[in-house]
Amino acid sequence: MIPELGHFALVLALLLAGAQAILPLVGAARGERRGALLMATGPSAAIGQTLFVALSFSCLMWSFAVSDFSVENVYRNSHSLKPMLYKLTGTWGSHEGSMLLWVLILALCSGAVAAFGRNLPATLKARVLAVLGMIATGFILFTLLTSNPFNRVWPLPEDGQDLNPLLQDPGLAFHPPFLYLGYVGTAVAFAFACAALIEGRVDAAWGRWVRPWTLAAWCALTLGIGLGSWWAYYELGWGGFWFWDPVENASLMPWLLATALLHSAIVVEKREALKVWTILLAILTFSLSLLGTFLVRSGVLNSVHAFANDPERGVFILMLLAAAVGGSLLLFAWRAPSLEPKGVFAPISREGALVLNNLLLATSCAVVFVGTLYPLFADLMFGAKITVGPPFFNATVFPVFVPLLVAMAVGPLLPWKRADLWAALARLKLAAGLVAAFAVIWLALFDRTLLPALGFALALWVVLAAATDLAERVKLGRAPLGESLARARGLPRGVVGGIVAHAAVGICLAGIAGKGISPERITLMRPGETTTVGPHTLRFDGKADITGPNWRGTEGRLTLVRDGQDVAVLRPERRFYPVQRMSTTEASIRTSGLADLYAVIGETSEDGATVVRLHFNPLAPWIWVGTVLMAVGGLVSLSDRRLRVGAPARRRREALAPAPAE
Amino acid sequence: MTRKKHRLWIVLLCGLGLGTAAALTLTAFEDSLVFFHSPSDLAEKGIAPGRNIRIGGLVEAGSVSRSTTPDGKMQIAFRVSDGAASLRVTYTGILPDLFREGQGVVAEGALTPDGSFRATQVLARHDETYMPPEVADALKRAGHWQPGEPPPPARDWNTLRPASAGGTSRLTN
Repeated sequence: MIPELGHFALVLALLLAGAQAILPLVGAARGERRGALLMATGPSAAIGQTLFVALSFSCLMWSFAVSDFSVENVYRNSHSLKPMLYKLTGTWGSHEGSMLLWVLILALCSGAVAAFGRNLPATLKARVLAVLGMIATGFILFTLLTSNPFNRVWPLPEDGQDLNPLLQDPGLAFHPPFLYLGYVGTAVAFAFACAALIEGRVDAAWGRWVRPWTLAAWCALTLGIGLGSWWAYYELGWGGFWFWDPVENASLMPWLLATALLHSAIVVEKREALKVWTILLAILTFSLSLLGTFLVRSGVLNSVHAFANDPERGVFILMLLAAAVGGSLLLFAWRAPSLEPKGVFAPISREGALVLNNLLLATSCAVVFVGTLYPLFADLMFGAKITVGPPFFNATVFPVFVPLLVAMAVGPLLPWKRADLWAALARLKLAAGLVAAFAVIWLALFDRTLLPALGFALALWVVLAAATDLAERVKLGRAPLGESLARARGLPRGVVGGIVAHAAVGICLAGIAGKGISPERITLMRPGETTTVGPHTLRFDGKADITGPNWRGTEGRLTLVRDGQDVAVLRPERRFYPVQRMSTTEASIRTSGLADLYAVIGETSEDGATVVRLHFNPLAPWIWVGTVLMAVGGLVSLSDRRLRVGAPARRRREALAPAPAE
Repeated sequence: MTRKKHRLWIVLLCGLGLGTAAALTLTAFEDSLVFFHSPSDLAEKGIAPGRNIRIGGLVEAGSVSRSTTPDGKMQIAFRVSDGAASLRVTYTGILPDLFREGQGVVAEGALTPDGSFRATQVLARHDETYMPPEVADALKRAGHWQPGEPPPPARDWNTLRPASAGGTSRLTN
């Protein structure tokens, strides 16, 4: 009964989404006064839709929690022995469930616009909700027609087929919700862009409304990508964290454009320039999010993540993609020329630096796009089976990122409108000197390979520049310490968030560069033998059998030896999940915060020797520390009073308050 | 700065960005595209040893052997077949969890002068029922797998004869 309730709730949500797509739009076209009633249906429909989708999602989750194997989706992706956490997260472990999660997050976004967008002009709000309603209609329809999670099976199976064991993991359990929050969050920016095009008006206020949504989506996307790469690092047992896999690229492309959008929206807000470009970026960001969904869901690209190979679904998403991208670009071509640019600025200025940022981010996104989709194109056009691997992406993305990172340090120090580049560079003298000294010492004493050295130098440069920016703003050293502290407390949160996020990029980059100098060793070991990796010595103490709730396996014992003393034991595992007949590798990672010692075991040969792979990854944890700090910076910036929903309205009301007294 | 001059600047910058991107892409394509070949392609085309390529097919049953190299590494050798031709592959390192006889596999590496394939990377997929698209395609071309049919059972793979030689996709012994 519960699954039928969920199915029914989803159908009702579809009807409400349809109403949300049409009624407010008609109302807005009739004008503020005559269409008021129709426009007022928007928020009600959006909140109703949110409630019904949430009900539907809870029904599916309930079916997973109680292991109702009469539901096909539960039967295929769950098992009675599976731990409760993974039963619940299994709700979005399958294609059908993850589409329902997509729809839920979209509904929550439109509910949030309806609930928190009180200070938006009525027509803009109505149009934003209508565009979100259209997207929701498309995706609920997709879920109901091609991937209904509530289908029943008959006869009743005794037990489920279990979830893919690689997905039974805390990192991956929460990776999809964050990633989808990011993907779907860009839909709000997209809806604002379309609404602004229909209105034919983009102003500073529009920039101020769009920015928090973009920022929230960007934070979620950052965390989602970070969780995904962390999972790949410890779960796949390859010792790396990013493989330039098509599905990874599919999430990286919207992230690159969302980062650009985040920065160009500042220019719209402060200077009313770059309006047309910002609108286009918002459209492209969401289009790439949709493309990402298409690539993952259709299985057209050969990837470790490919799971749904259903051509019907691919065609449906392709049609959705064509409608959304084609429709919005047509709207853009038709309406964008009427948006007159206002702010004029010199090339050397804060705006100029942000244009450069946008240009470089868009370029890097373009090369990733080409590299990701070229195999598909080559297959369709010439029938050639091609793989574009990491060498291509390293050769194209790094050269674009180097100027981006160099400029990223200078940009925040430039004033708006017109700036003196030399004055800004002079303030970075100390940072530049330290970076140069570091580079010389590093190359002379430690390592001669160019790329890691460049990576470390750039990382240091970005962090020092962020520190310089902070020091300049609080007048550190030029004013008494007390005044500096008071100034630091008084800094707008938007500024603090920006500085934190920029420094975080440097920290993350240092971690990535660390991978470039990490030694690894693959060797055969018999119990009692020792080997070394980096500065560490490890002794292999044999293997033992272990069992878990729904798996069995073996663990290897590797003892870390320092000065003849046993310091720690690493226990890498190989697990076998009998229900899915799949084995997985569990890496054992010992981290000091500065470096990871990473161990994986392989098979044992006939003569009793086991394959052991060891990595010593200096600074590897910083990759994820940096990623989390980036998101923290975004959240700090999001909590800025200027961006807080309703704050501008209050100020306006205060400004208007004295009027009656006159 | 006039608006016109300003626009010119932006157009110039965009052109520069696009130009760089195109140049980077083309130069990188030149030497980092990895082509996929099935074992029968290799037999026909004659690919030069040393060039980085990908091969794929099914791991022949009973072909996997392990040995220890003089420098203490475990070397794995196996044969990859598409039903029409097969190729000896050697690899040093840890095989993916899903590597199994009779399973689809894709390996990246280069041919050696003696005609075998030295893999630097062996990829097997997450799901045991999943067939890499290239492998599925190679099997179809060799006449062993009609679309819509399930793939032939794994234990048959070392005994299949090419369809062109009058064989069927059923067991011959």
